Amino acid sequence: MSGSRENILRRLRDSRETGAAVGRDFTVIEDLQWSGDEAVARFTGLMRAVNTEVHETTREAWPAKLAELCVAKQVMRLALAADTPVGQAARSVLLDTSVETVAYSRDIEDWREELFFQVDAGLSTAAGGIVETGSLFLQTGPDEPRLLSLVPPIHFVVLSRADFANTLLEMLRRHDLAAGMPTNVLLISGPSKTADIEQTLVYGVHGPRQLVVLLTD
Amino acid sequence: MDKPTRQFHVRIQEALNDPQIRANFRRAMDGLMTKRANMFPDPVELERLRDLGAAVRRNALAQLPELLERLEAKCAENGITVHWAESVDEANRIVLDICRRHSAKSVIKGKSMVSEEMELNHYLGEFGIEALEADLGEYIVQLAGQLPSHIVMPAIHMNTRQIAELFAEKLEGVGYIEDAEELTKVAREILRHKFFDADVGVSGVNFAVAETGSLVLIENEGNGRLTTTAPPVHVAVTGIEKVVENLEDVTPLLSLLPRSATGQNVTTYVNMISGPRRDGERDGPQEVHLLLLDNGRTRIHADPELRQTLQCIRCSACMNHCPVYARIGGHAYGTVYPGPIGEILMPQILGCEEVGALPGASSLCGACGEVCPVRIPIPKMLVRLRKEAVDNTGASPVKGGGAQRSFGEAATWKGWEKVHASPALYRLATRTATAMGGLPALGPLKTWASVREVPKPAAKTLHQRLEERGNSR
Ligand code: SF4
Repeated sequence: MSGSRENILRRLRDSRETGAAVGRDFTVIEDLQWSGDEAVARFTGLMRAVNTEVHETTREAWPAKLAELCVAKQVMRLALAADTPVGQAARSVLLDTSVETVAYSRDIEDWREELFFQVDAGLSTAAGGIVETGSLFLQTGPDEPRLLSLVPPIHFVVLSRADFANTLLEMLRRHDLAAGMPTNVLLISGPSKTADIEQTLVYGVHGPRQLVVLLTD
Repeated sequence: MDKPTRQFHVRIQEALNDPQIRANFRRAMDGLMTKRANMFPDPVELERLRDLGAAVRRNALAQLPELLERLEAKCAENGITVHWAESVDEANRIVLDICRRHSAKSVIKGKSMVSEEMELNHYLGEFGIEALEADLGEYIVQLAGQLPSHIVMPAIHMNTRQIAELFAEKLEGVGYIEDAEELTKVAREILRHKFFDADVGVSGVNFAVAETGSLVLIENEGNGRLTTTAPPVHVAVTGIEKVVENLEDVTPLLSLLPRSATGQNVTTYVNMISGPRRDGERDGPQEVHLLLLDNGRTRIHADPELRQTLQCIRCSACMNHCPVYARIGGHAYGTVYPGPIGEILMPQILGCEEVGALPGASSLCGACGEVCPVRIPIPKMLVRLRKEAVDNTGASPVKGGGAQRSFGEAATWKGWEKVHASPALYRLATRTATAMGGLPALGPLKTWASVREVPKPAAKTLHQRLEERGNSR
């Protein structure tokens, strides 16, 4: 096996002339910029174009909106990360409703079946939004488990407008991710979809059927 | 004509005679071309973005050995185990070893063209391990016992009726439902249980970032995320050329790829994976492996012109815009990668003995080169590979170079050379052809002439007319 490694590297080294780097000019991406209102309009427009529900709300009002939506969508069990500000706010408002919250605080091995087949929705916190493409930007970790935004059929996300970036490039730089990456950096742009059957667009394949964004100030 | 070439011609004939194939591909390709065009309304921006995309890929290939080492070191830091394989056999064995170490019975797969290159499903099957495709298109194709006919939309050759028939025939308890939404639901239910049970997830990689040791995967369905997250072990397989230097380098490629491919400005999911589950995390695989496959790529890398083949980001725009692909479909090529990219890549991987005729399946209209987001000069390379296939120097850098050189073709060109080197012979030849009223429709000319008018030479050659005017030397 290590023989293969050496062979591959040797062949690559033997056969080339210089090995000098090629310059890259990123201005074509850096030039992409949208101002406040324009940015919100573009972001929500792109998100809605791919079947995402976007609710414009505020830092104070979003938990009530979440409760209202959960009831309307007949969510019985909502998974969330209990220790995050978003998780805590959701829990306290949902206490008075029929919606049961499930804390994502155990290792997945202990409750795989429950998550896969008995949870109706997940709630997560977006670390940002990308205006160019209308994408949510998530960083996974203890407070943002990977499967939370993937397995339950409905995915609620809380996002603040203050965390918008024009492009992915700007976002990567803002978080200095080149210096260290979380286990997953995720861009989510709409509910799961496919067009593999005669190019007919169908939402809800392996991931959530519904993506609901609570966009705060 | 050698056997593989003859078979290639038979498949082309069959595809051309199949109205279903022609209709399915025509409709799909027309739609994809329009969608791509709508995604790039500003031609200046597109060209700047292509410049950047090409620069990113050229930079990576220029420093390939260093970047692979850096990728390996960074991955190790992140807890990702890196494996190297020179051949598909070696790659398959590595995946099998990992599966065996975990006593795996079932493997769930995200879409990966490299795993198609390895014929991994078949290989694992021989050892009693079920490998199931989870991408809906791949799932359909696997169920039908076929190969993908397109690198982005594997089941594009089938229509809804054909897929409904397939599901009704192959899936227990499923009736005939000619409805894309319902069919998708059926597949989702079956696959959800498979994800739940799978011991190992195998995925491809769109880009591997040397700077951060990250594996970037893009997709719409969520099967890629599930494959890389739900099972306890994730194995990513990729060609050695997929590396890029910096994290920022992925941004132009992520902008170009989906727009060029399916006319989406971004895929539903972009996932950058930088390691297995960390302390304090509640989910994610316990082990992540990255398998780097050569399979002929170091040889391609050795030739500065042919190296451009490795810039490819597998967007499929070249096939979507290819008039030949649109008419014969993906299966006629008989290779894992069809269309223009397949025509330049496959002869270099499999050799000219096997598929040296592929670069001939092009009218050299140039559409592929015009749309390629990373500026691979595909038409130029098609011409180069046609030359390599009939190379007579014995020193072709391409595997099996010269294998397509036939006795007949060699003799013809020898004759041509003789005739053109001697004025007397040349006159004799042109006068004979004129006197006979053209060349006899024999051999290849017969096929050619069966659907075309053979040009007739003028009654007299130019030399004869000049002589008559008294201008002859
Ligand atoms: S050769 Fe160019 S157009 Fe064709 S798949 Fe590769 S990147 Fe896309």
